[in-house]
Amino acid sequence: MILTWLISFLLIGGIIAWLSSKLNPAFPRWIALGVVLASFLTTLLFWTSSAALIQPNSSWIVRLDIPWVPQWGVSFSLAMDGLSLLLLLLTFFLGILAILASWTEIKTRVGFFYFNILWVLAGITGVFLTMDLFLFYFFWEVMLIPMYFLIGIWGHENRMYAAYKFFIFTQASGLLMLLSILGIYFIHGNNTGTYTFNYFQLLNTSFPPAVGGWLMAGFLAAFLVKLPVVPFHSWLPDAHSEAPTAGSVILAGLLLKTGAYGLLRFVVPLFPEAAQAFAPWIMLLGVIGILYGAILAFSQTDLKRLVAYTSVSHMGFVALGVFAFNEWAFQGVVMQMITHGLSTGALFILAGFLYQRLHTRDIRQMGGFWSTIPKMGVVTLVFVMASLGLPGLGNFIAEFLTLVGSWQANRTLTIFATIGLVAATAYSLRIMQKVFLGKNHSDHLMPDLNFREMGMAASLVITILWLGLNPQPVLDRARLSLQEQLQAYQKQNVKTAKPVEVAQQSISPDSVLSIPTKGGSHALK
Amino acid sequence: MRLNDLNYLMPLLVLVGAATLNMLVIAVKRNHKVIYGITLVAHIIALTTLLFLGNHPYTIDPFFIIDGWGIFNLGLILVTSLFVTMLSYAYFEQREERREEYYILLILATLGSCVLVISQHFMALFLGLEVLSVALYSLIAYLRTREHSDEAGIKYLILAAMSSAFLLFGMALIYADSGTMAFASIAAHLKALPELPPLLLTGFGLMVVGIGFKLGVVPFHMWAPDVYEGAPAPVTAFIATVSKGGMIALLIRFFAQVDGYRYPNLMLVFTIIAIASMLAGNLLALRQRNVKRLLAYSSIAHLGYILVAFLAGNQLGVEAVSFYLVAYFITSLGAFGVVALLSDTRRDADRLRDYRGLFWRRPATAAIFTAMLLSLAGIPLTAGFVGKFYILASGVNAQRWLLVIMLILNSVIGLYYYIKVIAAMFAQTQSSQKKTRKVLHPAISFATGATMAILALLLVYIGIYPTTLVQLLKGLLTTIVTTQ
Repeated sequence: MILTWLISFLLIGGIIAWLSSKLNPAFPRWIALGVVLASFLTTLLFWTSSAALIQPNSSWIVRLDIPWVPQWGVSFSLAMDGLSLLLLLLTFFLGILAILASWTEIKTRVGFFYFNILWVLAGITGVFLTMDLFLFYFFWEVMLIPMYFLIGIWGHENRMYAAYKFFIFTQASGLLMLLSILGIYFIHGNNTGTYTFNYFQLLNTSFPPAVGGWLMAGFLAAFLVKLPVVPFHSWLPDAHSEAPTAGSVILAGLLLKTGAYGLLRFVVPLFPEAAQAFAPWIMLLGVIGILYGAILAFSQTDLKRLVAYTSVSHMGFVALGVFAFNEWAFQGVVMQMITHGLSTGALFILAGFLYQRLHTRDIRQMGGFWSTIPKMGVVTLVFVMASLGLPGLGNFIAEFLTLVGSWQANRTLTIFATIGLVAATAYSLRIMQKVFLGKNHSDHLMPDLNFREMGMAASLVITILWLGLNPQPVLDRARLSLQEQLQAYQKQNVKTAKPVEVAQQSISPDSVLSIPTKGGSHALK
Repeated sequence: MRLNDLNYLMPLLVLVGAATLNMLVIAVKRNHKVIYGITLVAHIIALTTLLFLGNHPYTIDPFFIIDGWGIFNLGLILVTSLFVTMLSYAYFEQREERREEYYILLILATLGSCVLVISQHFMALFLGLEVLSVALYSLIAYLRTREHSDEAGIKYLILAAMSSAFLLFGMALIYADSGTMAFASIAAHLKALPELPPLLLTGFGLMVVGIGFKLGVVPFHMWAPDVYEGAPAPVTAFIATVSKGGMIALLIRFFAQVDGYRYPNLMLVFTIIAIASMLAGNLLALRQRNVKRLLAYSSIAHLGYILVAFLAGNQLGVEAVSFYLVAYFITSLGAFGVVALLSDTRRDADRLRDYRGLFWRRPATAAIFTAMLLSLAGIPLTAGFVGKFYILASGVNAQRWLLVIMLILNSVIGLYYYIKVIAAMFAQTQSSQKKTRKVLHPAISFATGATMAILALLLVYIGIYPTTLVQLLKGLLTTIVTTQ
């Protein structure tokens, strides 16, 4: 029940925040902050007590199942496991930061702005929690509309175009997913006689191979566009650079993660055969994304666009890791989701700070700010280093684990992916060099970080450092649920006499089986 | 004719009575409020009489059959017409012309549509259709001093008359071959034949023209944009909902009874019509800058969506059509209600720039319109989403992949122009132009506002919790499914 409250709390909070703007324009942001903070603390409570809540043979912490449209087999089914918990923590953490980042930035239609923020967070929370495919699609769409308004109303100059593009891309791909959901629904119904959208019941549906491929393609369309993987990425730079700071933070930090989450939660366990057949292609797309994103990031002059393209590059690692089908890579993917959310979120927030002071995002007009705003310089340096994968910061762990995992699946591609790390160094250092080093041409008054901004920066720095130095709690938390996603693959490898090409190429059955017993992450200790 | 028949015909009799009563009252003294009141009460009484009708089919030979499907559609049409009436008062109160006859025509048009949905005989069909059409001719041209009003009325008159001729000829050909005009006997006649003889095929083809015109599907859609634009906003809402819904109901009844799904030729024709309607409707809507025309093209596309479910030809399909009709009716009423609400005495608020910055001037109205547009686009939390989901489900279930893919493609195209209107409403405007409006009694604006609020609530309620409606539909539709 608490999960329902979590979502409805955000939804109701949004409406109250909107209405309260009639009384006083300062109310909405305080209400929004309070609501998200409360959600964050509730989730944190799960984190501290989850060890006690987990049943010995299940990775699920809380589950809830209420019939919704029983005639169609739709239920209001929410469940939380380690993976959802981690992502919820990230959601609310970045939610708080997004609200703080818009504290002084948003001056018009304040009530409606915070309404949209809270509703997009509610949609994302729903996506991370729901275990009913109908409900999943429902939330998947619910998070789009407030996001559309965030970009379309409070964005920069070219906002309408960006908002259109974002909405149409995601909606089109979402509809294809809906088609696949219906396909699974009817196939499962015809096979077993029970028509249901419940994830747990649909898990072991068996398809004819060709059908499985098509159904997976529908899911992939939605998730790869959202992730985004390269040919489908063109909405991202526009949406990210035109959105207000809070919008960019939520887009990069959370909305992209829903794509990765969808891959892990739905594509991998629902379509084991089809996924393995498709894997090399998607890994290839992932690697292309890593390199292509990096090259484009290097050539941008718009700071937010630059950061947006680094997201394309970083999300390539997610595509690479998910389709390596082993626990190392999965752990890496989860770390990447969290640390990328934090580091890119931080970079967008910093870009927002700079924009508030300079009213430009063009890095050619920046330079030499280190002497005037040293605090911001230091914070930026930390996140630039995180972005290029410096050991000691969370992103390093993520990329390292992903690469170790994908090495077992596909060596050639992993080598190319590693080149991406070098490219990351180039574009990341370029941010530092262009903005903070060199000569200062600007005659703007540049106040350094104030108390609120410092607080936001500090919390981000601490978190990313903590993740880099002590990732074990996060890895532990995710392990059980990741093993669950992989179950279908292990059975298959043992059972099938004929080796499945991709997986067999590199992973011997033993290595796959031995990792879960020890836990991939323990090797790092 | 038995006494019990009167019971079952009561909804129609109430409407006839109300129309006559209105006429007499007008002859004594013109009073907008009184006529409005009579019309409202008549609708409510007609709806109440529906409650006493049982779910099992009752035939009044040879013309009518009152079964679950008929009752559902009667209810839907009466409720919709009730909403149109509620929206009409404020709209016509602001206008100088004689407003009282409008309600008589509205009742008659509703009556025609009601006859359509319970008819099981070509004569009843034609009777209903003509009562509906003739009332519509004058309704469309009702505000005759306006620029496009006459044009729209005459266009509709000529085209509708022609399409009626097609329909009549088609019926004659079928009669020539089968020697009967009752649906059931035609079905029996067809069953005996191994395949469709050319005469019958031609007859069906000509009937498709007549039906297609009424539905406004491609290639019989040419009238829709002009008529939508020229007609007063409440009448436009009526055309978009009641007149099309009646025809859809009839089409499904006729098709289910004669089992038209057996004939690949007919299915092919309808498949082409469905795809063409979706594509043409959405593509032509893209470039519209007139909201009423845009909604006209969007309704062409939506009829295409409905045909997808209709073509699925199974129980799920019929349920999906009924659900979608409900969702689409609510949405259309809401959308045209907003247009009516914003219109001034000279013209309807149909230009896109009338809506610029609406959200900052009239947040509630804009929010309702946004919800309606999102519902048309099929976005969750609205009834339109569940309806579209239902249609997709029926299409996937029947494995009509081409239609399903076209539906998805078109939803995406459609999204573009719905967002365009939404974006216009949310655009920031500097100058807030003040319009001079005839000040209405607060109770009237409250009533209109309440109507809109009810529609919006219904939209969201069905969008979030469709169970009630699904339950109701499943209960009512058992009969039509068994006849299949």
